[in-house]
Amino acid sequence: MITISAISDIFPVLMQGIKITVTVLIASIICGYLMAFIAGFCRLSNNVILRKFTGLYVEVFRGTSLIVQLFWLYYALPILFGFDLGSDFWAGVLAISLNYGAYMSEIVRGSILSVAKGQTEAATALNMSSFQRMRLVIFPQAVRMMLPEFGNYLIQMLKATSLVSLIGMTDILYYGDILRSSNLSQAPTVYLLVLVFYFILALPLIWLTRRMESYSKKGVASQ
Amino acid sequence: MANPIVKYENVHKSFGEVKVLKGIDLDLMPAEKVAVIGPSGSGKTTIIRMLMTLEQPTLGSIVVDGKNLWQMEKNDQLMDANEKHLRQVRGDIGMVFQHFNLFPHLTILENCMTAPIHVQKESKASAKNRSIEMLEKVGLGDKLENYPSQLSGGQKQRVAMARALVMRPKIMLFDEVTSALDPELVEEVLTVIRGIANEGKMAMVLVTHEMEFAQDIADRVLFLDGGVIAEQGSPDEVFGNSENERLQSFLHRFRR
Ligand SMILES: Nc1ncnc2c1ncn2[C@@H]1O[C@H](COP(=O)(O)OP(=O)(O)OP(=O)(O)O)[C@@H](O)[C@H]1O
Ligand SMILES: [Mg+2]
Repeated sequence: MITISAISDIFPVLMQGIKITVTVLIASIICGYLMAFIAGFCRLSNNVILRKFTGLYVEVFRGTSLIVQLFWLYYALPILFGFDLGSDFWAGVLAISLNYGAYMSEIVRGSILSVAKGQTEAATALNMSSFQRMRLVIFPQAVRMMLPEFGNYLIQMLKATSLVSLIGMTDILYYGDILRSSNLSQAPTVYLLVLVFYFILALPLIWLTRRMESYSKKGVASQ
Repeated sequence: MANPIVKYENVHKSFGEVKVLKGIDLDLMPAEKVAVIGPSGSGKTTIIRMLMTLEQPTLGSIVVDGKNLWQMEKNDQLMDANEKHLRQVRGDIGMVFQHFNLFPHLTILENCMTAPIHVQKESKASAKNRSIEMLEKVGLGDKLENYPSQLSGGQKQRVAMARALVMRPKIMLFDEVTSALDPELVEEVLTVIRGIANEGKMAMVLVTHEMEFAQDIADRVLFLDGGVIAEQGSPDEVFGNSENERLQSFLHRFRR
């Protein structure tokens, strides 16, 4: 059963996994957003090949499961191409950021496309270059549309980090599994605490999402 | 007589299969005020959008201040203009849109000062001063820090004019700038345009449905119909008794 003494035994063990979970999360968030912007802009490029290639990437990574992608990066790639990412850390981060980057690139693309055509025209009439139009007029408006959706993906990425335990990374879930396999009767307490850990980690992300939402509403009501 | 600042020569424009303009020839003199009238869909907007480089002519040429707008020479060959060329030529042209197209994420002041700073490389201080001056001139000196969403339609359109004017264009294009406004807000915008027109420095092309206003400020009125300039002349000639029947019936609809 769930007892205080069991909780105090399990708690410190799970704590050891926090560092991995958090570092994988932070690296995945940074790389994921980076990927989202790179792929989002490539899909809007004038270069057909770039556009098609990025489109293929997005469809493949959205159309297959994250866990299979993770196993590909970690187990299959090194054998097939002798190409080793060097660590389970980068395999995990790359899988999560390529996967979520694919989803979020659609947000980037969609937001940029949904800025009204009249905005580009007004910027052109002020003789801005295409780069200035993007930087000064289109992008700032598009970002405000992206932020709330980006926020939702923050929490999803946190949840996805638990998959790295499957390639042997010692995150929260990994320690939870170890505890459970050494004493099955503790499973309810272990997984209750695991849930609590993830929820507590999600709290700042939820707060951040709210901030992003309210920022995005500021000063941008449609003209 | 001075050289025209804008010259359309045999300009055609089609959208897909639809031929909208079928040979426009037009000289615009420096400081000349031209009103463009005509039925809905006759291509009035398209004419000025081609000058603002928002729409590329299908055929023909537009020359601005002696420079061919849509074509450039490269290795002795005439080819489609690239962005750099377009930017060089359109620098003297400004436009005010029917639906304002203000930048919603910027304050009124920022709406005005962004382009002078980034496009014309003016110092921030000077761009700011001139923008404030211009906004005061259109009666919005007390709204500098407001966002467009906080303004009325008439106020938005006056900001749009200030934003175009701080770029000191030689040619200003107005596309039915009052037709998206509530009737009681029309006059405040027309007053500002009259003020600009009376300063007399810029050439102006005004697409409008405000016939009295056109008659009042235009040096010349063009009646666009069937893809061509079907009639043109001084306001008195065009609004008087032209023999063009289509023009007569068009004007008839505007008189109560
Ligand atoms: N981007 C476009 N794609 C396809 N057709 C277009 C496009 N822009 C304009 N047209 C068509 O070209 C014709 C002329 O349009 P334009 O907007 O120049 O007319 P207008 O004289 O300004 O009309 P209005 O008085 O209604 O503003 C119309 O039939 C319109 O449907
Ligand atoms: Mg029009």
